[in-house]
Amino acid sequence: MTALSRRDVLRLSGAGAAAFVASSLLPNLAAADAASTAAAIKKIIGSKTLQQGRITLELPQIAENGNTVPVGFEVQSPMIGADHVKAVHLFAEGNPEPSVASIRFSPASGRAKAATRMRLAKTQNIIAVAEMSDGSVYMAKTEVKVTIGGCGG
Amino acid sequence: MAKSKARVKVPKSAKKGEIFQVKTLISHKMESGQRKNKKTGAKIPRMIINNFTCTYNGDMVIDCDWFPSISANPYLAFFVKADKSGELAFKWTDDNGKTVEKTASITVN
Repeated sequence: MTALSRRDVLRLSGAGAAAFVASSLLPNLAAADAASTAAAIKKIIGSKTLQQGRITLELPQIAENGNTVPVGFEVQSPMIGADHVKAVHLFAEGNPEPSVASIRFSPASGRAKAATRMRLAKTQNIIAVAEMSDGSVYMAKTEVKVTIGGCGG
Repeated sequence: MAKSKARVKVPKSAKKGEIFQVKTLISHKMESGQRKNKKTGAKIPRMIINNFTCTYNGDMVIDCDWFPSISANPYLAFFVKADKSGELAFKWTDDNGKTVEKTASITVN
């Protein structure tokens, strides 16, 4: 899984002054990291291979308030009985618990698109994993810069 | 969860086969379990809405598991394909198993 490489973690840890300020406000928070996020994803998809594409994430580049960050996604799919999106799982690598939401769709959804709002503790990668009805899994990853973290402390 | 107020936005009518958007919002503090009481230093226990479902004439449309990373007053917008006139039923469940339910009717022509 190259998408969750060690290099990403190192790059994140040096992601600038804004991130430093945000994380220094949350000194004793045991944040999740890329490894525990990868483990959480593996729990869901098992030994299947993650493919890139088909799923797009809609996120702000910079979130001023980590308490409520809008997040949306859409998966390209006809959403019919034989070929639909079973579920989309959202993860935030830098939050105390990487799981954000698991959303199970059905053909009655018509479109595998949804939007919600989430908390982000600090600047980090957001990962969306889509499970298709044929068993294939797709992922997308986007970085969000967070000015003020939103997980209490 | 008696204090939680839920709001849903569903179109009054839609054409058969049309895919329409539904927006939902519920008031809930979504206590993450990470915050500490500033005076005592004790952790404030987690209390969130962990599940949300929407059914359309009894059939499941969307079924979500939410984790503490979901913001307070959770919002969710999603899509439903118009099939038959009837009822959309929404249900939120919190960590104590308490539920809030709401329904909206739609005319399909």
